[in-house]
Amino acid sequence: MNLKSLATPYNRAHHRFAVFTACATFVLIIAGALVTSNDAGLSIPDWPTSFGSFNVPPLHGGIKYEWSHRAIAGSIIVLTISIATWTWFADRRRWMKWLGVAALGTVITQAILGGLTVLLFQPPWVSSAHAAVGQTFFCIAVTIAMFTGRRWVEEVPQIEFDSRRPSLFTLTLLSIFVLYAQLILGAMFRHHGMSWWPHVANAAIVGFVLTWTAIRVLWQFSKIEAVRRPAIVLVSLMIVQLCLGFIAFQTRVAWGRDAVQPELPMVISTVAHVAVGALLLATAVVLAIQVWRQVPVSFEEPVPGRTRKPVAA
Amino acid sequence: MNKKISVAMFSLLCLLSFWILAGCSKKEAPTEAQPSAPATTAAPAASATPIDPATVASVSGAVKLEGAAPKASKIDMSQDPACKGANTAETILADGGSLANVFVYVKEGLGDRTFPVPSQAVTIDQQGCKYHPHVLGAMVGQNIEIKNDDPTTHNIHPTPQANREWNESQPPQAAPIDKSFAREEIMLPVKCNQHPWMRMYINVVKSPFYAVTGPDGKYEIKGLPPGDYTIAFVQEKLGEQTQKVTLAAKDSKTADQTFKAQ
Repeated sequence: MNLKSLATPYNRAHHRFAVFTACATFVLIIAGALVTSNDAGLSIPDWPTSFGSFNVPPLHGGIKYEWSHRAIAGSIIVLTISIATWTWFADRRRWMKWLGVAALGTVITQAILGGLTVLLFQPPWVSSAHAAVGQTFFCIAVTIAMFTGRRWVEEVPQIEFDSRRPSLFTLTLLSIFVLYAQLILGAMFRHHGMSWWPHVANAAIVGFVLTWTAIRVLWQFSKIEAVRRPAIVLVSLMIVQLCLGFIAFQTRVAWGRDAVQPELPMVISTVAHVAVGALLLATAVVLAIQVWRQVPVSFEEPVPGRTRKPVAA
Repeated sequence: MNKKISVAMFSLLCLLSFWILAGCSKKEAPTEAQPSAPATTAAPAASATPIDPATVASVSGAVKLEGAAPKASKIDMSQDPACKGANTAETILADGGSLANVFVYVKEGLGDRTFPVPSQAVTIDQQGCKYHPHVLGAMVGQNIEIKNDDPTTHNIHPTPQANREWNESQPPQAAPIDKSFAREEIMLPVKCNQHPWMRMYINVVKSPFYAVTGPDGKYEIKGLPPGDYTIAFVQEKLGEQTQKVTLAAKDSKTADQTFKAQ
């Protein structure tokens, strides 16, 4: 009973539903980014009701962004309950059942953080936690989609040992770490809890770590499609993300500092920056899981007779 | 069996958290320092320091902007068809070099004097999806009446540093909202998250000696007891400047001030 086991048959409907949930979550992230970029987070002062009711309010001004975000979030909770229940009863893998429960726990935490951000008037740490947990949930939704996919369930991993140090798996974990830090720094800046420079400074570290990771994959393990593809996507998204970050910085900090209202170039570039950031984090998670599965770390173990032999982790 | 209990406990916790939060979202008390009654009460007169009306002096002047005034930014109100107001921002209003919306107040020199809180409320009107006035002065504890004369819903959201934050919506033709602030605070921003261009500033001071410059840049502060004062001139974008003024009994002095365009 582990991630590599083939303990469950491929269920197409289950997988498609998981993919749909992940895609809907991506839409939710875009909706959330629209709320923040349009400074509409508090346009509805109460929560969970909207102006004291669960009916649709007049959708003008900032209300259309905030209410749409709430409506999509509500739908995602329903989708998550469904996928968690379906996984619990249909998937034979025990860890998958608990991954579904984890997804449900994360989405409920996210809803509570969303409520707190409204009721506490958007304290930067709560709003940033809301942004971070939202993308964590997106990563979980993407992994559920991956774990239920035909390739994961039916294909035999093409194992190649990794003897270099730091190991590729360590590099993928480091990539996730720096991306997560970048997500929090960006969220803190967007929510006025921090200056822009830590986010910009960390972008250089992210660029270095992700490039290093992608080069290692493409140089050493390019024959393994399951790791090659996410590595190429990772480095491509990173280039797009750096360009979007530059544009977002220009429109928000350089040109838009004295803007009397959120301007369209700033909104578009910032929302795109958040969306691509979410895709980047999810790709890094997929890459790490595939590396863990396909490229196990070998380590040298001293054996009698001064001979050394690679052993799988 | 244990697993079922764990799942049940987890679900129960989630449900509880949800309802606790739902409970938190109930409307807060209408004011932080005073009840929501109309502005008819005044602070006890006994606590106020008496001023001899025969000796009071005044200070007046004009506030100017040196250099070219920045072109007023255009506001795009298209996201709400009900908004049909003037579509230029009021960040820096300087007609012919006369700087409007500068808050002028006695920052230092009043010592430990206390003053009665006016029984009359000051008013903020939301009209044309803008706040009127753009800069307001009020005394600590004085009632501020907020009206909505627009055919659309607004939310009034002050973001203070020294006072308590609140955020309330006000539908068209709703009853005025009465609020007050408990602590002194200069240039306290107020915004509407539904219409992000809507922004104004409330200045909460302990004395009645304040004024806001009009479109001609002029101000006047009357009724000051003789003394040495520091007069502060605060503009939302250009910051604060001060000037020392000495007033003798029945003096009427002029204190002009000039800000440099950034």
